[in-house]
Amino acid sequence: MSDIAPQTVPAPTAEVPPPAAAADGNGHILEARGVSKIFGGLVAVDDVSFTVPRRSIVSIIGPNGAGKTTFFNMLTGLYKPSAGWIAFEGKEITRARPDRILSAGMARTFQNIRLFATMSALENVMVGEHARMQAGLFGSILRVPSVRKEEKVVRERAAEILDYVGLRKNQFEQMSINLAYGDQRRVEIARALASNPKMLLLDEPTAGMNPNESEGLRAFMQTLRDDRGLTILLIEHDMKVVMNVSEYITVLDHGEKIAEGKPQDVRGNPRVVEAYLGKQTGE
Amino acid sequence: MSGIRDFFRSIGEGWDALPQNAKRAVGVVLLVLLILLPFAFTAGGAFIDNATKALAYAVMALGLNIVVGFAGLLDLGYVAFYALGAFTIGWFGSSFYAQVNHGKGIHVGVNGVVSTLPGIHFNFLLVLVAAVIVCAIFGVLIGLPTLRLRGDYIAIVTLAFGEIIGRVAINGDSLKPFGYAVTAGRQGITPIDSPDLPGLSEFGPLNLRPWYWTALGMALLVLFVNFRLRDSRLGRAWIAVREDEVAAASMGVPLVRTKLLAYATGAAFGGMAGAFFAAYFNTVNADQFEFSFSIFILAMIILGGLGSIWGVVLGAIVLSYINTYFIPNTFKSLPHHLGLNFDLTDLSFGIFGFLLVIMMVLRPEGLLPERRRKLELTEGIGAGDAELPLEVTAP
Repeated sequence: MSDIAPQTVPAPTAEVPPPAAAADGNGHILEARGVSKIFGGLVAVDDVSFTVPRRSIVSIIGPNGAGKTTFFNMLTGLYKPSAGWIAFEGKEITRARPDRILSAGMARTFQNIRLFATMSALENVMVGEHARMQAGLFGSILRVPSVRKEEKVVRERAAEILDYVGLRKNQFEQMSINLAYGDQRRVEIARALASNPKMLLLDEPTAGMNPNESEGLRAFMQTLRDDRGLTILLIEHDMKVVMNVSEYITVLDHGEKIAEGKPQDVRGNPRVVEAYLGKQTGE
Repeated sequence: MSGIRDFFRSIGEGWDALPQNAKRAVGVVLLVLLILLPFAFTAGGAFIDNATKALAYAVMALGLNIVVGFAGLLDLGYVAFYALGAFTIGWFGSSFYAQVNHGKGIHVGVNGVVSTLPGIHFNFLLVLVAAVIVCAIFGVLIGLPTLRLRGDYIAIVTLAFGEIIGRVAINGDSLKPFGYAVTAGRQGITPIDSPDLPGLSEFGPLNLRPWYWTALGMALLVLFVNFRLRDSRLGRAWIAVREDEVAAASMGVPLVRTKLLAYATGAAFGGMAGAFFAAYFNTVNADQFEFSFSIFILAMIILGGLGSIWGVVLGAIVLSYINTYFIPNTFKSLPHHLGLNFDLTDLSFGIFGFLLVIMMVLRPEGLLPERRRKLELTEGIGAGDAELPLEVTAP
C-alpha cells in the first residue's frame, strides 16, 4: 500500500490548518480540508477540500466510482478519513461516531434505500427521532408518565413528518418493505428529517424516479431549504435536477476534486466534460 | 404439516379478532388458573417439579430473547450468567464463607435456623436483586469489548466468555483474592438456603408449591419487562440495529450502548433464574455450567420463534418438558424395547438437535413466529449489510 499511495496522499495535517481555524462565522455550515480515504492500496477520496454555505443547496457530481459516496460516508462518520479533517458548525467531527454526528444536526439518506424493512413507515420515522428522545431502560419498563407522553408526542410528530413528505395516511402503518419505491424514498427522507437536522445529505435521491417525480423532489428540496432553513448536500446523477437546484457544484473524478463552482461554470469546464465523456484526441 | 400451520393461524386470527376487554378477561382467567394450578397436584409431586423448572427456564429464555431475539446478537455464552447468578446465591445465601465475621456469619432478613448458621445469609429476594445486579455488571464488562464486533464474531467471543466463566467456576477453589475462595470447585456449594418469602409457606423438597409460585412470579415479571421493552424507544432501536446497523447508527442510535443495554438486561434475567435454580437444586454445581446449557436455552427460543415473546415461553416449556419429563420418563424404556442398552438421557442433546433440524425444515420461523422475524427469514433482511463495514469508534 505505502509504495502506491505516498505521492498522491499528503502527510496528514502537515499543511492543513488545525480545526480551530474552521470558524463558523464565515457562513459555512460544513467544512472539509484535505480529506482522503485509502482502502488498502486504493485511494477512494484524495485530498478533497470543500465547504458548504449555510442554507444552500450543493451538489457533488462525478462519474461512477468517483468517490462521492465514500466522501458522504466520511462526512456522516461511517468511515474514518485516512487524512484531513471535517468540521460541522465550527466543531470538528472528523472521527466522531455516526450517532453523534446525527445529534450534531447532520442527517442522511442512502443511495440504496436502507429503511428498516419490517418496521412500519411510522416506526421508521420514530427511529429517526431516537436521538431527540429521553426514555431510558427503567423509564420504558415502568412506562412512567414522561415516557408515555414522549412516546405519544413522537408518534404524532412522526405522522406529521410523513404527511409533510406526502405519504398517504393509509400507508403510515404499512411495513416499509411493502411500500412502492417512490414512497420508500419519501419515508427515508422523513426519517432523516425526524431528527430535526440542520443539514440534510441526500445520496442519489432521484435514482429510479421518473421525470415527474424528480421534478417534484427538486421542488421539495427547495421548500425544505426555504421553509425549514435546511442546508442540503446531494449526490446526484440527473443533470437536469443538479443544474436546476444547486447553487454550487463540486465535481469528483477518481477521488479527486476536479472542479467546483456555480452550475454554469462547471457545465463548461473542460476537465468535467473530459471526466464524463472521455478525452478528445482527434482535435 | 399444513394442518399445523392452519391450526396456529386460526388461533392467531381468532385471538386478534377479540375485543380488548375480552383479551384482558381471558388473561386474568388464565393467570388465576396458573396460580391455582398447584392445588390440583400433590405438593411434592413430579408435576409441580416439572412446571417449576419449565417456568424458570422460561425466565432464562425470555432473558436470552432480549439479546438474540430483539437485538439480534447471537450470544452463545449465556451459561455465564446462569453460573454468575448461581454463585451469587452461593456467596450470599449459604454457609460457604463460614469463617466470615469470626464464624458468627452475616444475616440480613432471614429467620429461623438459617439466622444462626455461619456464613453470609441474605434474604432470597435480596439475593435475587444481587444476582440481577452482579450479572448486569458482568454483562456490561463482557459486552464492552465484545459488542464492538459484528455478527458471527459476537457469537464466537461470547462462546469463549461462557467457557471462561465455566473454567473459573471449576477452578475457583484455588482462586483466593481476599483470602476467601471464589467457588468450591467441583465439590460444589451446598446446601443453599431455602427461600423465606412473606406470604408463602415453607419452601422445601416436599412442598414445591412456593417454589412454583416464586418461579411464576419471576416469569410474569420478565414477561412484563419483555413486552414493555419491545414497544419502547429502546425496543425500536434494537430492531433497527438488528435489521441494519449502518442505517441505525446514521439515524442516531448509539450502537455499543444500545447493544450493551440488551446484553445486560438479558444477563440480569439469566442471573435471576440462575440464582433460583441453585436454590431449587440446593447446590451450585460447577460442572453444570457447560456450553450445552447455552445451546439448550438458545434452542428454546429458536423452537418457539426468535423475538416472539409467547413463542419463547412455549419453546421453553416444550423443551423443558422434553428434558425433564419425556426423555427420562415416557420414552425411557425405548432403547430397551429396541434391544439396545443405553440411557436415553445420554442422548438428550442429540434429541434436541434432531428437533431443531426438523424445525428448520418444517417451520424455520418457530412455533409462534414474530411477524417481523418471519419476514426477515423469507426476504433475507438484516443478513446482507456487509458491503459497508462500519468503522465504529470508541464511545
